[in-house]
Amino acid sequence: MPVVKAVTCPVCGSLCDDIELTIQEGKVVKVKNGCAMCESKFLGYNGEHRILKPLIRKNGEFVKTSVKEAVKRAAEILAEANYPVLYGWSSTNCEATRVGIELAEEVGGVIDNTSVICHGPSILSVQDVGIPSCTLGQIRHRADLVIYWGSDPWSAHPRHIERYTAFSQGRFENSAWRGYLTKIKASQVRKKIESAVRRVFLKEAPSIPPLIRREPPPSIFREGRKLVIIDVRRTRSAQMADYFIQVEPNRDYELLQAFRALIRDEELEVDQVAGVPVEYLEEVADVMIRCNFGVLFFGVGLTMSSGKLRNIDAALSLIRDLNMRTKFVIMPMRGHFNVTGANTVSTWQTGYPYAVDFSLGYPRYNPGETSVVDVLLRKESDAALVIASDPVANFPRKAVEHLVKNPLIVIDPHMNATAQMADVVFPSAFVGIEACGTAYRMDHVPLPLKKVVEPPRGVLTDEEILRRILSEVKKMRKKRQVEVAA
Amino acid sequence: MELLIKNGFVFDPTNGVKGEKMDIAVSDGKIVEKVNERKAKKIDASGMIVMPGGVDIHCHIAGSEVNTGRLLRPEDHFKDFERKTSTTRSGVGYSIPSTFTTGYRYARMGYTTIMNPSMPPLEAKHTHEELSDTPMVDKASYPLLGDWWFVLEYLKDGKIEECARYIAWIMSSTKGYAIKIVNPGGLEAWGFGHNVSSIDDQVPCFCITPREIIRGLCKVNKLLNLPHTIHVHTNNLGKPGNYQTALETMKCVEDLYDGNKPAIHITHCQFSAFKGDDWASLQSGAEEIANYVNTHSHVTLDMGQVIFTDTTTMTADGPFQYTLYELSGNKWVNHDVETETSAGIVPFRYRRKRYVHAVQWSIGLELALLIKDPWKIFMTTDHPNGGPFTSYPKIIAWFMSKKAREAALKRINPRARSRSLLPTIDRELNFYDIAVVTRAGQAKALGLINKGHLGVGADADIAIYNVNPEKTDPSRKYKLVRRAFKRAAYTVKDGKIVVKDGEVLKHVEGATMWLDVQSLEPAKITDDVKRRFREYWTVEYENYPVTEDYLEVSNPIPIKACV
Amino acid sequence: MVTYQKLKVTLLTGRTIEQGVGKEKGKTSQEYVDSVTVCFIDPEDLRKLGIKEKTNVQVSTEHGSVVVKALKSIRGPHSGIIYIPYGPWANVIVNPETHSIGMPSLKGIPAEIEPAPNKPLLSLRALLNQQFGKD
Repeated sequence: MPVVKAVTCPVCGSLCDDIELTIQEGKVVKVKNGCAMCESKFLGYNGEHRILKPLIRKNGEFVKTSVKEAVKRAAEILAEANYPVLYGWSSTNCEATRVGIELAEEVGGVIDNTSVICHGPSILSVQDVGIPSCTLGQIRHRADLVIYWGSDPWSAHPRHIERYTAFSQGRFENSAWRGYLTKIKASQVRKKIESAVRRVFLKEAPSIPPLIRREPPPSIFREGRKLVIIDVRRTRSAQMADYFIQVEPNRDYELLQAFRALIRDEELEVDQVAGVPVEYLEEVADVMIRCNFGVLFFGVGLTMSSGKLRNIDAALSLIRDLNMRTKFVIMPMRGHFNVTGANTVSTWQTGYPYAVDFSLGYPRYNPGETSVVDVLLRKESDAALVIASDPVANFPRKAVEHLVKNPLIVIDPHMNATAQMADVVFPSAFVGIEACGTAYRMDHVPLPLKKVVEPPRGVLTDEEILRRILSEVKKMRKKRQVEVAA
Repeated sequence: MELLIKNGFVFDPTNGVKGEKMDIAVSDGKIVEKVNERKAKKIDASGMIVMPGGVDIHCHIAGSEVNTGRLLRPEDHFKDFERKTSTTRSGVGYSIPSTFTTGYRYARMGYTTIMNPSMPPLEAKHTHEELSDTPMVDKASYPLLGDWWFVLEYLKDGKIEECARYIAWIMSSTKGYAIKIVNPGGLEAWGFGHNVSSIDDQVPCFCITPREIIRGLCKVNKLLNLPHTIHVHTNNLGKPGNYQTALETMKCVEDLYDGNKPAIHITHCQFSAFKGDDWASLQSGAEEIANYVNTHSHVTLDMGQVIFTDTTTMTADGPFQYTLYELSGNKWVNHDVETETSAGIVPFRYRRKRYVHAVQWSIGLELALLIKDPWKIFMTTDHPNGGPFTSYPKIIAWFMSKKAREAALKRINPRARSRSLLPTIDRELNFYDIAVVTRAGQAKALGLINKGHLGVGADADIAIYNVNPEKTDPSRKYKLVRRAFKRAAYTVKDGKIVVKDGEVLKHVEGATMWLDVQSLEPAKITDDVKRRFREYWTVEYENYPVTEDYLEVSNPIPIKACV
Repeated sequence: MVTYQKLKVTLLTGRTIEQGVGKEKGKTSQEYVDSVTVCFIDPEDLRKLGIKEKTNVQVSTEHGSVVVKALKSIRGPHSGIIYIPYGPWANVIVNPETHSIGMPSLKGIPAEIEPAPNKPLLSLRALLNQQFGKD
């Protein structure tokens, strides 16, 4: 059976490119090296939820139609609209986004990608402060202090720790995997003893001591790699960490600013910040300063909670300040596999990473005004194209209310909540399985996506569908210009 | 399609043509002896200057650092935008324009060939994707190889030939054009926040010195017969006293000169020509560097001229960019690339009243004017580091007119003015010299056989400027010259008229040139190498190279190597 | 008629591995629906509400109200905080306010939770129909 090696996994922003797929009769039958999400995607993508024929809504019901008809209808919707929104892009390839931007320019619409509801605030903060960062390999080789803040890599980026950070083997730093195994074993032994003791003496479960009180263990002062997790919940990742700091919800900003003060050797006049005793914070600040190469990964735990971009401002400033004392970098944990690519393409073609408005004939950018949720909340759009995304499942209800009132075009391999509300639905090939292309890892490293199997008959790639719509729109607009002139 | 450019004053230094009135014939995208005059499309260039299309040896227009610069600076874009037209795409940006706009702006100035000088091999696909979206010009990119772990390890062991084979592989794999070296050894040290401070410092953990890296890669360059020399951004860039380092860097490969082709190109030399102990005592080291270059033939330079404006600095020199952040307090981006290089970005405003900035401005022009042979020094701003490339017409005016220089001098910091060498320099370049420093010399240094000249067989990339050399004294009428170079009367790309009167008529795709280096005994990618690959990088060996389909129009240049 | 205790809590939304696996399988798959119609609650809070795991609960904010299934959180203790994975159900109750930066507020939303053992979990279709009158 043919085995395809070095396949890039089109699921999360880690973009692991060492996946090995076994192909049998045009189907993926075995996945090696992948995480649970990766396996689920490669083995389960072609299930019963697949759309195989373009659909058009007629009298409230979906009717199967030809690609040509669907393209015509979609082009009509876009060409007639005054202010269409084109949204999604993070789960398709850069090649499709390139065409998408041209389409948005042609129809004078707003093009926005999913970063607007995940790391949009991070981008705004980078535009304020800058960002000291690096590629993931740099962390593998050099980092002796790895911090995840407001991010649960075990759940959202399952192989991140193993491939790039604490548990990976670098040139100058060793994997902390063995230490972790020892710790797990010790804790299992302890649990057994505890339960035995319980059975004998107490006959009830002892309550777990509140984590907030937990002081830094001696292990975080040792040489070598250390993993620290800062979160509002004791996530799965937190269980692996050398140290877990539990921050009260919506108080990340205070904690970040406290760290900034501490690394500048300032004294704090309070006993605790965001629920954490200051003496513990002082010890952690010391660990930050004394490391050779530190890294802070932050997730949407920071961008979505109170303060939003100000949290990221504080985080970026903290890391920038730390560079006065040692080497320290910071990186957002990007979610969708090519959300970084969507930002990247948008930036080189239009100058701006997301929320780009072409209604005046040139790119304009003002998140809060030109961002898709705001456009929808103001009820301004009069048509929408959604590609490789499911805003009905991801946007707040108020925004969805207006979205589903617009004539709606959806391009997606699967039936999803948004497609169910659409007027035109295009089935598309799975990028990275049935279509090749390029995606950008969270650290901006571009990786090729492979086509390992053929798409179902008649199903086109995102790029091809967009090209056809674009060319049809151009034709219609030219025709209309001629009519107006006549 | 055939084209005939009639009656222009032709400046074609490569072929010794010095402003003679003559016709240029074009057929199928190439310059030809003659065409059928009745059938050919004609351009009346009487009273105008005809030159080969401009060549830029060093300007950052594509790739991860440029794009991060774009992302970092919406404020750079808000006021500078271009609307979509029936022929062109829209775009924004002053110091870091979006890709389409970059192509159009170069074409409007009569430029047709652009070299993008810093490409981390790991992120080469990104650079090429952007170059494919940069229309109107032919382009190429230099992979950053001075701190590549393979290079450091092979050179440390003295394995020059083996190193050369891997460089041959990387050149073809990244679709690159020349060996770029930035602060050799310093970028590896920056991985832990350190730097090197002389060309004889040890690189931490690698037992090698910058001198050995530069010499080693210079030898590799020779072995591979690469058309350009090594392209070097020196150690200590941007530090007072660094003209010494620049001189040592040039000297360290003196003995590798074969009497024929130069051995080294020092890029944006202005930033490496600082004399003095600190910022307060900063002075120009241009004279010392010019004296050296005037007596040695193994080196070429480009200026890296500073323009008084708001711009965005970006180099692969991480530690230098950090210093710039500390100096300016502006927002700062750092982006280290595993196993290869680093990068930094800091927005920067050069102010004419600031002593240091004014000295820098003066150094660039001093270098260009004190180096006697225009074939050794080329006009650049190290776009966007010294200023955006759209400032080139200003520099041309300063070259051609002492009066223009005096007008600028009058407005700069008085202390810088009193120390500037410019008042003592009377030299004014003529149109022929301008053609050398803006195209012919650059094409020659790059080894581009079909570019930068108008001889039969050359690519029909032609710029026509509306200025009459017989009637215009550029020394006095420098503003007229500046205007003419700002908006080409015509730009011809591959035989097609793409710009007329400074407006883009047609959106055309340029080709991406790259070296297909054929070594006698290609690098062996054994399982051991693949294993090393997996250890050094976080991507698989198979996913590292740039395949040809990343290039919108691919123009491979076959090179026969000696190893 | 039993009256239940209401509890004031802070609502977080986010990712879980089950939701990640489910979404790759298909947004209409049972795995996906099962993974996003749940609400993780601290054992302490479950006790206060007087319910066992897998009871339906109604979560309300000033933006809307939705029925999901209560699950005991093993990520505790985080008394006073409830966690619902991203999905159409969570979206009914999150805060659309973008504070002029384009980003709605999806974490740290004041909410109220009460047991609703007699109210059904809506299917995706029914939910969309109820919320938007279109399916």
